[in-house]
Amino acid sequence: MKERQASLANHQLIPQLTAYLQQIDLPPLRFMEVCGTHTMAIARYGLRQLMPPAITLTSGPGCPVCVTATADIDTFIAASQRPKTIITTFGDLIKVRGSKSSLQEEMGRGGDIRIVYSVLDALDIARKNPNHEVIFLGVGFETTTPTVAAAVLTAAQNKINNFSVITSHKVMPPALEALFKDPAIKIDGLICPGHVSVIIGADAYLPLVKKYRIPCVIAGFEPLDIMQGVVLLAKQIVDKKSEVEIAYQRAVNRTGNNQARSIMATVFTEGAAVWRGFGEIAASGLHFREEYRHFDARHRFDLTITECKEPAGCRCGEVLKGIIPPPACKLFNKRCHPGHPIGPCMVSSEGACAAFHKYDTTSLHYPTPLSKENR
Amino acid sequence: MSDRITLDHGSGGKASHDLIEEIFLSSFSNKTLNALEDSALVQIGSERLAFTTDSYVVDPIFFPGGNIGDLAINGTINDLAMRGATPLYISVAMILEEGLAISDLKTIVASMQEAAMTANVQIVAGDTKVVPVGKADKIFINTTGIGTVSEGVEINGSNGRVGDKIILSGTMADHGITILCQREGLAISGDFCSDTAPLHQLVAAMIADSPGQIHVLRDPTRGGVATTLQELATSSQVGILLRETALPIRADVQGACELLGMDPLHLANEGKLLAFVAPEVAEQTIAILHRLPHGSNAAIIGEVKADHPGEVLLETVVGSHRRINMLHGQPLPRIC
Repeated sequence: MKERQASLANHQLIPQLTAYLQQIDLPPLRFMEVCGTHTMAIARYGLRQLMPPAITLTSGPGCPVCVTATADIDTFIAASQRPKTIITTFGDLIKVRGSKSSLQEEMGRGGDIRIVYSVLDALDIARKNPNHEVIFLGVGFETTTPTVAAAVLTAAQNKINNFSVITSHKVMPPALEALFKDPAIKIDGLICPGHVSVIIGADAYLPLVKKYRIPCVIAGFEPLDIMQGVVLLAKQIVDKKSEVEIAYQRAVNRTGNNQARSIMATVFTEGAAVWRGFGEIAASGLHFREEYRHFDARHRFDLTITECKEPAGCRCGEVLKGIIPPPACKLFNKRCHPGHPIGPCMVSSEGACAAFHKYDTTSLHYPTPLSKENR
Repeated sequence: MSDRITLDHGSGGKASHDLIEEIFLSSFSNKTLNALEDSALVQIGSERLAFTTDSYVVDPIFFPGGNIGDLAINGTINDLAMRGATPLYISVAMILEEGLAISDLKTIVASMQEAAMTANVQIVAGDTKVVPVGKADKIFINTTGIGTVSEGVEINGSNGRVGDKIILSGTMADHGITILCQREGLAISGDFCSDTAPLHQLVAAMIADSPGQIHVLRDPTRGGVATTLQELATSSQVGILLRETALPIRADVQGACELLGMDPLHLANEGKLLAFVAPEVAEQTIAILHRLPHGSNAAIIGEVKADHPGEVLLETVVGSHRRINMLHGQPLPRIC
């Protein structure tokens, strides 16, 4: 109960931050929260209701399942159709539709697809099933990848040769640069991902900030963290600055986690990757290095995808670039809902469409904390 | 609706409701069934009887806090109690998988008898079927129950009134998180324990203290508090406003939910009730619940409003508002 009281005490500081935002003079601003966990927290706590009219919060490309290209999903499905093969994956992926099917549908057809909570569980399954190929679906950013790299190193050390990974791992900064370069996208400030930044460090954003002059704040995931992030961004705008600030000092430093990055670099090397909605972005993907090629499922098996079809009418790509909010998609909450998701942003527990669906605030006529009744 | 049954149809959320509406109600439709209460109320002679049935397929069959046996007895007692009934008789039907250990069956049956005796109900009819290996998972149990409803007791899901206070009889999500951690073999530190328990004593005490003032009772099992309140907002055609700061939850359950990306409002309870009570008796009802074994953490979690009929709203810890919707599909774990 102590933690809860502390967290409630933290929430009591929020009105001071909202009051500050109300009293400063701001031009219309669009702040992007890059990370899917931020998107969820903003929706869960109804933080948009605390923003002054000038500030719009928009979600970005930080949901790893969401940015996984349809071709990659098709590759996962092709792997699941191989004989004597066990697919191991994080749960969010199984409902994402590829061109024709989803992993969940393949499960119904007899595919051996197992949900794991850690890549180490996948290694364990490989140890226990020596007559099967065990393939881990590697999806995730800098936060997840070090553990996958560590699992590959363990497999190499212990000669677990029936273990392999289909890597669809990505790194964040090149995608952010792709957003900044796009003239169709207006972003006035970035709430940088907390977990990714633990690994890459705050300085990883410096070149981008220098080049594009966009204020950046790394924030944690409690409502107070996010509100503090917004306040610091607004202050930078008022002071005409563009810096990388850390509003998540308890976890993030300037240089990041060297050990995690070095494990990642031992196994993987940067190369081009296709992101949903963005297309190919140079140096944004993580591919196996030659010496660990043996663990690359794409190399070990023939998983070539010839033709790939995007879901008709789905606007996940635009949602991921912050061009439209989820309700602007015609399919949202109509043909596309969590019971029948058409695009990945409705599937993932980090997806913007899932957040808008789950923490629904459309046309509420309750007083918001900023309306007259509550001031 | 999809052209095949999926696990979502059994989640107790939106897909389950669609299945019931589109397949079962469209064929079986009658006034008593259509009310979709936890138990049916039927008049036989001068006696009003509450009548209910439920099947139990929980996996694992043994879990901290109970097993499939006492769960099956308590669940049916609670379905009767939620109409204000005094539970009297229960039938038990078992589907056993070839290979089930007799010692396990004995343990399950012993806890069923103990649960029945605790609640003063008798198991008076039964049936057994055995199927080959793989055609069932160890043991499935169906229980049917009958109880009597005293004159003047009118508790049902369409009886919620604007101004009613909403009471939850204890901490939420205990059963759901316990089963989830057991099933997935998650080594999350926490002393999780199912809350399976009979609730008829709580109900009897509430009704005796405030006759006519207890308007709605429902036990938030599959689909959790969120789904149950959504059903009640619809059946009573009222709005519901919950206060996040008032929701009773154990800190370790809250932590596990956050780690797994689950909303505790969507996780199952097996020994909790939700009550809509007249505002004037809310505080004294809480005092009564606090004195009883399964009500010590009871709390007023919100109230019934005229605004937003058919919807459940939550006032968050930071004072903003959002809607609480029914569970869509099975909860999935988060990725990062």
